[in-house]
Amino acid sequence: MELETIVFLTFILVLSIFLGFELISKVPATLHTPLMSGANAISGITLAGAFLSAGAAHSMGSEMATYLGTAAVAFATINVVGGYLVTDRMLAMFKSKNRGKK
Amino acid sequence: MNTIELIANFAYIVSAALFIYGLKMLGSPATARKGNFLSSMGMLIAVIAGLTAHSIVSYEMIIVGIIIGSIIGALAARLVEMTSMPEMVALFNGSGGGASLLVGWATLYNDGVSTFTAVTVILAILIGGVTLTGSLLAYGKLSERIGSGAIVFNGQRIVNSLILIGLIGSSVMLVMDPSPDSVWFYAVLGLSLLLGIMAVIPIGGADMPVVISLLNSYSGIAACAAGFAINNNILIVAGSLVGASGIILTNIMCKAMNRSLANVLFSGFGAVKQGKAIEGEVKPISVEDAYYILEAAQNVCFVPGYGMAVAQAQHVVKELGEILEANGAEVSYAIHPVAGRMPGHMNVLLAEADVPYEQLVEMDEINPKIENVDVAIIIGANDVVNPSAREDEDSPIYGMPIINVDKARTVFVLKRSMASGFSGVDNPLFFGENTRMLFGDAKESISGIVSEFN
Repeated sequence: MELETIVFLTFILVLSIFLGFELISKVPATLHTPLMSGANAISGITLAGAFLSAGAAHSMGSEMATYLGTAAVAFATINVVGGYLVTDRMLAMFKSKNRGKK
Repeated sequence: MNTIELIANFAYIVSAALFIYGLKMLGSPATARKGNFLSSMGMLIAVIAGLTAHSIVSYEMIIVGIIIGSIIGALAARLVEMTSMPEMVALFNGSGGGASLLVGWATLYNDGVSTFTAVTVILAILIGGVTLTGSLLAYGKLSERIGSGAIVFNGQRIVNSLILIGLIGSSVMLVMDPSPDSVWFYAVLGLSLLLGIMAVIPIGGADMPVVISLLNSYSGIAACAAGFAINNNILIVAGSLVGASGIILTNIMCKAMNRSLANVLFSGFGAVKQGKAIEGEVKPISVEDAYYILEAAQNVCFVPGYGMAVAQAQHVVKELGEILEANGAEVSYAIHPVAGRMPGHMNVLLAEADVPYEQLVEMDEINPKIENVDVAIIIGANDVVNPSAREDEDSPIYGMPIINVDKARTVFVLKRSMASGFSGVDNPLFFGENTRMLFGDAKESISGIVSEFN
C-alpha cells in the first residue's frame, strides 16, 4: 500500500475518533443501552468489507477465502439487522410524559 | 478510480454523514428513534455501495450469508427479553469481533499482501479474536451458564505475559511472510482467541458493565483495523465511532465505581479486606405499615438495581408509582450509572414498563434534593446506596459515588434476605435509624402495597 493512502486513512481515523468522542459524550445516561446496541449495529459495517472476500474470485485458487468471507457476511449481518431492530424496539419504549398519558 | 467506484465512494460519504447525524439525534430520547432510523439508512447505502465493488464476481455466497445473518439477527432482536439486553449486547459484540477477524483472515488469501496490510490484518485478527472469545465468556457469565465470579489463579500474570510474548513473536514472523497457511498465522489466531478468554475470566459479575462497554469498543476498533486492511474509509469512520462510544461508556462506568480500568481488569474484585463491622438493629416492616407511610408521603423516589430485573418487578413498580402520583406525591426514579449489568439497563426496563423518561433521574440530579424525599424505596440495589462508600475509609468501595438515600426521611429496602451485594460488602444502610426492611420477593411486596391502596 502506498504511503499516501496510509496517511489519508490515518487522517480519517483521527478525525472520526475526535468526532465520536464529541458526539457520544452528549448522549444522556438514560440512552446508554440503546447507544450500545446501536453501536453494535454500526460495527456491522464490516459487512462492506466481507463482501469483497465472499464475492471475489481468488487467484490463489483457494475457496477458503470465499467461505471465510461468507461467514463474515453472516456475522456482520446479524449485527446490522439485529442491532438496528433491537435498538428501534427499545427506543420505541421511551415515552415522554405528555405522550405517555392517554 | 472508475465511475462506479467513484459513485460508491460518494455513497460512503453520505452514509458516514447519516451515521454521525443519527448519533447526534441519540442525544435526546425524543429524537433518538429517528436517529436510529437515519443511521440504518446510512448502513443500507453503505451496504449497497459495497456490493458494487468491481472485484465481486459472484453474489451467491453473499446472498447466502445475508439471509442467514438476517434471520438470526431479526429473531434475536424480536425475541430477546429486555432484562436480557446485557447478554444480547455481549453476543453482538462477539459477532462484530468475529466478522472483523474473518475479514482479516480472508484478506491474507489476496496476492501480494504488503507489510502494512499484514500488520493491520494481524490487528484485525487480534482485536477481533479477543472480542469474540471475551464476549462469549462475558455472555456465559451474564447468563450464569458459567459461574459469574472472578476466577483468579496463581501465575495468572505469568501465563498472560507468555501469551502476549507469543503473540508478538508470531505476529512478527507472520508479517515477514504473510500467508494464511503458515504456522505463525495459526499461532496468532489461537493466541488471540485464548487472550480473550484470559482477559475476561478474572472479572466478576458486578464489573460486567465495564467489560461489555470495553468489548463494545473493541468490536469497533477491530472494524477499524479491518478497514485499514482492505483500504476502506467507511469501515474506519464507523469503526472509530463505535470505538469512541465504548471507551466513553467504559470511562463513565469506572468513574461511577471509583476504580481505574486497570483495577477492574486485573484485580478480581471481591478478595478484599472487609470494612468496619456494623452494629445496630435491623427494623423490619410489614406491607401494611409500608402502605400507611407511603400514603402520607409527598415525595417518593425509587432506586432500582439488578434485583429489580431479576424479580421482573418493573411493571408493578410503575403501577405503584402511578398510584402514588394519583395520591398527590411527586415520584421519581433515581438510577445509578452502574445499576444493573450494563449502562442504562434500568432505564430501558423502566421505559418498557411505560415510565416516562422525564421521571428517570441521574445520581447527580437526585443527590442535592435527597433531603426532600419522604420515602426512598430501594429495589434490589445494594452497593450503589451503601453509605460506607462515603464514610468508612476501610471499606473496599470507599470513594465510590453513591445515591445518598440514607439522607432521605425514610428508606424502605426491599430485599430477600440480609445477604450482601455483589461486592460482598456489608451495608450500614440496613441498620440505619430511618431504614425499614421489607423482606421478601420485591415483586410480591410491591404488589402487596398496591393492593393495600386499592
